[in-house]
Amino acid sequence: MGKYSNEELQQKSVKYRLAMLKYIKMAKAGHTGGDLSSTDILNVLYNDVLNVSPANFGDPNRDRYIQSKGHAVEALYVVLADQGFYPETDLETMCKYKSPYVGHPTRKVNGIEFNTGGLGHGLSICAGLALAAKKDKAPYRVFTLIGDGELAEGSNWEAGMMASHYELDNLVAVLDHNTLQITGKNADVCNPHPIDEKWKAFGWQVVTVNGHNIAELREILNNTPIEKGKPTFVIANTIKGKGVSFMEGEKKWHHGVPTDEEYETAIKELESELI
Amino acid sequence: MNIKDILITGKANLQAYCDTLLELAADDPNIIAVTSDSRESGKLTPFADKYPNQIVEVGIAEQNLVGVSAGLASTGKKVFTTSPGCFLATRSLEQVKNDVAYSDYPVNLIGISAGVSYGALGSTHHSLHDVAALRAINNMTIVVPADNFETKEAIKAAAVSPKPFYIKIGKKNMPHLHAENETFIIGKASTILEGADVAFIACGETVYPTVEAAQLLNKEGISARVISMHTIKPLDADVIIKAAKECKAFISVEEHSINGGLGEACASVILEAGLSVPFKRMGIPDEETVAGSQTEILEHYGISASGLSDEAKRLIKQLKHLTNEKYELK
Ligand SMILES: Cc1ncc(C[n+]2csc(CCOP(=O)(O)OP(=O)(O)O)c2C)c(N)n1
Ligand SMILES: [Mg+2]
Repeated sequence: MGKYSNEELQQKSVKYRLAMLKYIKMAKAGHTGGDLSSTDILNVLYNDVLNVSPANFGDPNRDRYIQSKGHAVEALYVVLADQGFYPETDLETMCKYKSPYVGHPTRKVNGIEFNTGGLGHGLSICAGLALAAKKDKAPYRVFTLIGDGELAEGSNWEAGMMASHYELDNLVAVLDHNTLQITGKNADVCNPHPIDEKWKAFGWQVVTVNGHNIAELREILNNTPIEKGKPTFVIANTIKGKGVSFMEGEKKWHHGVPTDEEYETAIKELESELI
Repeated sequence: MNIKDILITGKANLQAYCDTLLELAADDPNIIAVTSDSRESGKLTPFADKYPNQIVEVGIAEQNLVGVSAGLASTGKKVFTTSPGCFLATRSLEQVKNDVAYSDYPVNLIGISAGVSYGALGSTHHSLHDVAALRAINNMTIVVPADNFETKEAIKAAAVSPKPFYIKIGKKNMPHLHAENETFIIGKASTILEGADVAFIACGETVYPTVEAAQLLNKEGISARVISMHTIKPLDADVIIKAAKECKAFISVEEHSINGGLGEACASVILEAGLSVPFKRMGIPDEETVAGSQTEILEHYGISASGLSDEAKRLIKQLKHLTNEKYELK
């Protein structure tokens, strides 16, 4: 058990979602749906799993987190602020002229390892990092977060084949499986299913979790590798827009920015979950 | 147009593209749009609703997108492959090079939300290198239309051409710079304004601030020629040479890196013709691009009415210094 109880982490998720909406509203831009679906995963990674902090960010043995679905950057910005990488109020400049906090992750922002945003890059980068750890006999683990629409990029499958070939069991890919992309349902756009069997066939250990269940996420993400010699593929079943009922499962919130009225409604709903 | 004309805003060139494609598809079942989860960003949803059998969706997979497009085009289909310029031009560069350009199949690559249209989304989403990469590929025609008219004409020309095209368009509403009955020829630049003191050779969404700069300069008694170099390849060398000979200064303007784009293409033509003229490339310099909206980014790098007119005056002064010619600014 880490620093926080499950209940404390659940409360953090609510606060993160509130902050994301606040800065998206200020910036008049953001990938709202995919931020909200990945919030609990990022929360558990940074508060319970990764040995990453502002203090050890220069340490070569720190764990690595590369956000392949870079568009959910508002979620990452809010969580990194909470970890102390920068004051949260910095995010008031998000997407504004000369701000380092642009709409996709860049290394200009403290705590970010790679510039991502073009989809389908994270897993290859992580395979390289994981391979380096093996070569250097370094203890760190490598995590990435991939979107389910993003899975169509062939580079994921190239890295997938290579990672099992090199037995990169220090590598964990989390799939934010919210079933939606911009055009609509993954299954209607370019069917990725069966996802689990495909990754198994690629030599990965595959597990499925409820991506909004803090306890389940902690249990899985703190106990990798599940099988020695195999990279781990975590299918996190999530809901796009999670936490704001009128956004949940609606494709228009992929990069929708709430109106004043919608914003008030969303904030009220989230605040009602604060203890 | 005339120097005193008030600019009237039209629709986005992206919208002009989609409207034209709808028109073309009305009597041509051979028109096919190919998308990579990009039909909404590409405003192609009405097209998809009207012609569900004429849109192919490949998912977020731009390399597959271009390969599939080449396969479709090889059977005689008129393929309009539509995806953000940043991904389309270089994520799929190998497919563009081998499957489309070298194999010589007429895929029309439509790079949408190009340049810094996605301003605040950051550099991963900017296409400031597409023209540079594609200029080096034999058999690619590259068009960067300035307004709705040029966009429509370029799309119509691409639809009947047996050659591959890359057409780069943005998503901001653009003022009309042409009358509907003007002629438009791929490879022949359009003169938007006549002038002899300074020549602006611009393309795409930067033609419009260039026209505004010319209007500012006109008030100070400086006449600016504005050329819309909509076709970057094949380049209209005659217009460039004429401008370099007739004007006191030469400024290229583009929403692209100053490396490898329109400006360098113009410089090559001028030098190879044995000419010399005070010259400046206006574009995005070789540095980490500043954050901001499209307009903020362009203004930051001097691509605005005031930035461009200041640059023109600076170059004209430089000429005065070089030649001791008596050229007074009013
Ligand atoms: C290479 C590349 N192609 C296209 C895009 C544009 N794009 C951004 S987000 C997105 C949809 C992503 O869907 P998914 O992976 O399911 O993400 P999520 O649902 O978690 O937001 C697309 C097509 C991109 N960022 N990068
Ligand atoms: Mg998704």
